[in-house]
Amino acid sequence: MKRQELQVAALENGTVIDHIPSAKLFEVISLLHLEEVRSAVTVGYNLKSKKMGHKSIIKIANKFFSDDEINQLSVVAPNVTLSIIRGYEVVEKKEVKMPEELIGIVKCDNHKCITNNEPMPTRFHFLGKERGTLQCHYCNREISLADVKLV
Amino acid sequence: MRKIDNNSSFFTLYSSFIRIFATENCKAMESRSLVTIANHSREKIEYLIRMAQEFEKHPNRRLLEGRIVATLFFEPSTRTRLSFETAANRLGAKVIGFADPKVTSGTKGETLKDTIMMVSNYADIIVMRHYLEGAAQYASEVSPVPIVNAGDGANQHPSQTMLDLYTIYQTQGTLENLNIYLVGDLKYGRTVHSLLTAMRHFNPTFHFIAPDELAMPEHYKMYCREKGIKYVEHQDFDADTIAGADILYMTRVQRERFTDLDEYERVKDRYLLSRAMLSKAKPNMKILHPLPRVNEIEYSIDDTPYAYYFQQARNGLYARQAILCDTLGITLDDIINDKTIIS
Repeated sequence: MKRQELQVAALENGTVIDHIPSAKLFEVISLLHLEEVRSAVTVGYNLKSKKMGHKSIIKIANKFFSDDEINQLSVVAPNVTLSIIRGYEVVEKKEVKMPEELIGIVKCDNHKCITNNEPMPTRFHFLGKERGTLQCHYCNREISLADVKLV
Repeated sequence: MRKIDNNSSFFTLYSSFIRIFATENCKAMESRSLVTIANHSREKIEYLIRMAQEFEKHPNRRLLEGRIVATLFFEPSTRTRLSFETAANRLGAKVIGFADPKVTSGTKGETLKDTIMMVSNYADIIVMRHYLEGAAQYASEVSPVPIVNAGDGANQHPSQTMLDLYTIYQTQGTLENLNIYLVGDLKYGRTVHSLLTAMRHFNPTFHFIAPDELAMPEHYKMYCREKGIKYVEHQDFDADTIAGADILYMTRVQRERFTDLDEYERVKDRYLLSRAMLSKAKPNMKILHPLPRVNEIEYSIDDTPYAYYFQQARNGLYARQAILCDTLGITLDDIINDKTIIS
């Protein structure tokens, strides 16, 4: 790899999350609970990107996520790509897929919804790509994916 | 030898009985809560109507003797509460609960879950009304006893929908192929939304008559298109417009729903039903209203054969008797073969 392209140090083993919109970086960090990770985490913020103009990237050493953990990212950053690295080699590439149900991730924007008034996890159903909305399991309010706020 | 045989068949019978009893008990433990009827099948709706018909024939029974029904009204609703409590009382159940949220621990900061867990220690079934949307769904997930939703904010009010369906069936002899006119507040009126959803099985044609500010929301119209439900939107509300109605479902246009009060002043009298407007009505046409009425139906209409809103309210009793029994695991067969009828 050419020297000018090496914006973030290479990883021996772990996960690289690439193509994160910079505005969503901190939400991705929060969703994956990276603040609790004890291994090295390298964050690249506002890096140049041919596709996106600017992007962010996260490299997490010695950490591999389950599909369920990864798929949560689809709520805030549906176009991220993940590379699984072993021995400095990319052994697998993954894209995120919206789960049918999201528990404890998205906040309901209906202030009269029970989930905003009771200590309980929220629960949303994904109504499909065409509709592009999530529906609150409790109050039935539909929220457009573009307007999603995290709990 | 013979005696032993008898004994052994007695024990076989006894153990079968215990097994059946245990199975029935387990069935009762399954969540039979009624939170919404939006997902009810056509068969389930027809089944509940059959049950309500039985209760209309014989409302007074001891079918729920020994049971305790809790009515928890976190938001006052005298009409709905009286109807549920009458349904329980006429079936021989005992009723506990509260009608005024000010007397509950909710005002002291107790969570809904804690209140439900506490009451479920005492009651066999909980009927609840709550100002928060989704409250009944959540209660049904945490409660060891079945929950009946008696209205959760602007969200669902399944017993109202059930009594509306029963009334439509009772007056028209069918739920199929009817022309149903919805008038007034079609934006916030949850009764009209629930009715729209529940009628999808029966090939209705809906007619929406409302001021622009209270028009049927776009997502309900999209729902109609997705489900193949026919609908027509009208601007005028006059004798010609409603001439084709089988059911004229009136709702109240409330001042507090308007952001523009000038608009309210302009439209408030446009959705009032006068006796003169019934001149072209079909003979089978019936006027329904979830009540309370203020002035949207002229009082002189009460004496016409078209007025049906008070009978509709009475049907709430039979519909709620059906709901209480179904939720407690009592079947239509149990009700047909019921030996506890009080004449």
